[in-house]
Amino acid sequence: MRLAYYPGCTLKTRARSLEEPALASMEVLGFKLEEVRRWNCCGGVYSLADDDLIHHVAPVRNLIRVKKSGNDNLVTLCSFCFNTLKRANLLMKENVEKRDTINRFIEEDVEYKGEVEVLHLLEVLRDKVGWKDLARQVRFPLKELKAAPYYGCTLVRPRQVAIDRSESPLILHEFLKSIGAIPVDFSESTRCCGSYQILHDRSFILDCSADIVSSARDAGAEILVITCPLCEYNLCQGQKDLAQRRSDFIQMPVVYFTQLLALSLALNPKVCHFELNSCSPESLLREKNLLRQDAIGG
Amino acid sequence: MGATVSSRRLGSDFVRKVKKISGQNLQLCYQCGMCSGSCPMVAKMDLSPRQIIELARLGLEEEIASSRTVWTCASCFACTVNCPRGFDISKLMEAIRLLTLRKNVDYVRPEGIPREERIELPQIAMVSGLRKFTG
Repeated sequence: MRLAYYPGCTLKTRARSLEEPALASMEVLGFKLEEVRRWNCCGGVYSLADDDLIHHVAPVRNLIRVKKSGNDNLVTLCSFCFNTLKRANLLMKENVEKRDTINRFIEEDVEYKGEVEVLHLLEVLRDKVGWKDLARQVRFPLKELKAAPYYGCTLVRPRQVAIDRSESPLILHEFLKSIGAIPVDFSESTRCCGSYQILHDRSFILDCSADIVSSARDAGAEILVITCPLCEYNLCQGQKDLAQRRSDFIQMPVVYFTQLLALSLALNPKVCHFELNSCSPESLLREKNLLRQDAIGG
Repeated sequence: MGATVSSRRLGSDFVRKVKKISGQNLQLCYQCGMCSGSCPMVAKMDLSPRQIIELARLGLEEEIASSRTVWTCASCFACTVNCPRGFDISKLMEAIRLLTLRKNVDYVRPEGIPREERIELPQIAMVSGLRKFTG
């Protein structure tokens, strides 16, 4: 099955470790993710101002390109892009007046009415592959890996675009179970990592990281599983600073869910680009014999 | 905190603009504090989200302008999903930020971010942060 795919800016640089294992894994699962041609930046954040339309133009342009290419679905990987594109799409679907103004401004030869369905890869795995089928295709189950599913904000909030319940979501838990890992529930799994506040005050990020990592560790996790490139940066940067400042702080490896997916499907660990992980999970995975030499092409 | 509330303030330009930009009915809030209780940033704020709502609807512009609360908000929508009245506080925070940014006053100066940080930060941090902190 072919699906349109929107990468966004960070997935082509720092977060190739999120993108490449996803594309390779989906191919194994029978899905070809085709990058949207001439995609542009989604704007990163959805404009929350009621009187502001210009900031919706960037995400809507991408959605129009998807519609023109004949696709009904658009798959995203970055949590920020997912949220921005899905909310912009909802606006185009539900607000006739704003939709007309935006369409007139963009001047494309199609009128866009929110026809494309914006999906996150986790939704594709749940709804188009199915947890049972995914589990059947797993060749190297991630046995005994105690993994804390960290959702962050924009995949589960606000409610109208959430991929699962906003409180106590389970989709990442189910994913981890399907690939053979042990999901470890922890109280801070939907707490914000500090997000763009990294630009303003690094001490915010430090406190958020300390709370999130300590909560996961106290719950018995040995690795934090994430979906978002900004969470990756904040949680890892925060941990490095914390390790320098507090002698009792123990760092925890941080891994993208797509990296674990690729390993479970017996793909070559090279596709995971672990060299880009700031809090590398490699020694833990090696210790558990999860970086297998008999992987495809390994 | 002492503040004078008057009918002039209640119907002020500030209140009108905040309502227009946020699209929110400020009178919905009944001050239960669920927003403040669910906010991951509240410990860093000088005024809680609940207090910001109350000050905004009373038209106490100066008190809000001198607070760092809206600049500490990370737009994580925890308050939004937890409000029992369906009031979208993230939109109120954005409206108050925009009242400053639209005067072409930046809260973070891009050139003030050290070069090594600019290189190291993921683009998503730069794009979203500059959207929230610059006009």
